[in-house]
Amino acid sequence: MRRYLGAAGLLVLFVLAWQGVASLDAVDDLTLASPTETFDALRDDWSLLIDNAATTLVEVLLGLAIATACGVFFAVAMHLFRPLRDAAYPLLVASQAIPIVVLAPIFVLAFDYGIGPKLAIVALICFFPITVNLLDGLRSVEPDLLKLMRSMGASRARTLRSAELPSALPFLFSGLKVAATVSVIGAVFGEWAGAEEGLGRLVLLGNNQLQTPRVYAGIVLLTLMAVALFALVALAERFACPWNRKEQAV
Amino acid sequence: MQTQTEAPVKEPLHISDVTRRYGRVTALEGVGLRVGRGEVVAVVGPSGCGKSTLLELIAGLQRPDEGTVMAAEASYMPQRDLLLPWRDALANAALALECEGVPRSEARRRAEPLFERFGLAEFERARPAELSGGMRQRVAFLRTLLPGRPVLLLDEPFGSLDSITRASMQRWLADALAREPRTVVLVTHDVDEAIFLANRVVVLSPRPGRVVADIEVDLDQPRDVTSPEFGALKRRALEALGL
Repeated sequence: MRRYLGAAGLLVLFVLAWQGVASLDAVDDLTLASPTETFDALRDDWSLLIDNAATTLVEVLLGLAIATACGVFFAVAMHLFRPLRDAAYPLLVASQAIPIVVLAPIFVLAFDYGIGPKLAIVALICFFPITVNLLDGLRSVEPDLLKLMRSMGASRARTLRSAELPSALPFLFSGLKVAATVSVIGAVFGEWAGAEEGLGRLVLLGNNQLQTPRVYAGIVLLTLMAVALFALVALAERFACPWNRKEQAV
Repeated sequence: MQTQTEAPVKEPLHISDVTRRYGRVTALEGVGLRVGRGEVVAVVGPSGCGKSTLLELIAGLQRPDEGTVMAAEASYMPQRDLLLPWRDALANAALALECEGVPRSEARRRAEPLFERFGLAEFERARPAELSGGMRQRVAFLRTLLPGRPVLLLDEPFGSLDSITRASMQRWLADALAREPRTVVLVTHDVDEAIFLANRVVVLSPRPGRVVADIEVDLDQPRDVTSPEFGALKRRALEALGL
């Protein structure tokens, strides 16, 4: 309970500081909307914001699902086949170095204005943390345990299922937590490159039309979305890895 | 599994003239050991004398550089319990059976009666983190016992326990082996433990490990560690160790 109080207190301080800075005469209203103006925009434009948020949320969730499926598949394949790991690892790292901002318009050209390019960009951003974390997790199993499995006559599939995958599960969740937070940024990039709806597009439009409070309202919703996704993953982890929580508590 | 099996097997274990090197370090040199059916042999020696290497050779986890290892199928119990934290005690004990292809529910069903018999009743559903060190070793021992292989290889099974728990676990193991007789090779650095549990105590020299003594222990179970006969055997073993 105490740690939630701390977080809430810090949030209140932040909002107060934001209000204070926004009220300064030197600060242009077009650059910075105050918390009260943002709140008014949230209230007045609620249905517009929520409709667009729904579009973005769908992009984020589907993109994450694709990234998770591909990430788990490639991590397990790379773990099982050493030559594949050696060959694909540099490419995996390179995939993360691609400047998404530049890639997004190309994706839009390739996949058209629909949901396709957004999913591709969200999945591309999320794929890396999921794959790398899971791969590390699969390799984290103690050598002594692998030796024991071998002495018991365990097949490769049995060792993977009974020892390596469960050991790697907390690592997978770490990757998913990172992916959950960056996925929202990916969706915004995707929408900036060309979209008919979505919070990212609304924010961009608001910026161009000098509707600063609406821009800030959109940012608040995008941030809330990322935080909620993170919390959801953390909650899922508690259910999926109860042994892990127990050990931390002791 | 990977060890050569002699058919028909006269002795469950026959090691002759085995040498094992790791790079420039010789762990074992010219080691010979024959163990008859139902015998409990303790291997004692100073740290680094290749005791664990010997067990891994018998388990088929390593191959000798020279010499031959002929062993019946063996179950290996490593120094640390290595219980899987996400499985309850029953599922941990059943793991070895599952590795042999027994379906999960069937493996659990076969593990269950042993919990009753070996003093673990009511702990079937407990996770390893909820068990004491001694209990965890018992579960690990059941995991070793369950596949029903003729040879048990125990690598310092009680090394990580405090001395009081260790003493009670030694009694428990002696009792368990009386009920469930197997051919056992027990590695330990504790001479008392060796004489308390084994029919024979084999003493290895410091690296490279060689057999320097093979002491017969013909004391009746349960053994009294404070008896003069026990003391005399301990004297012989310690002398062989150069102490």
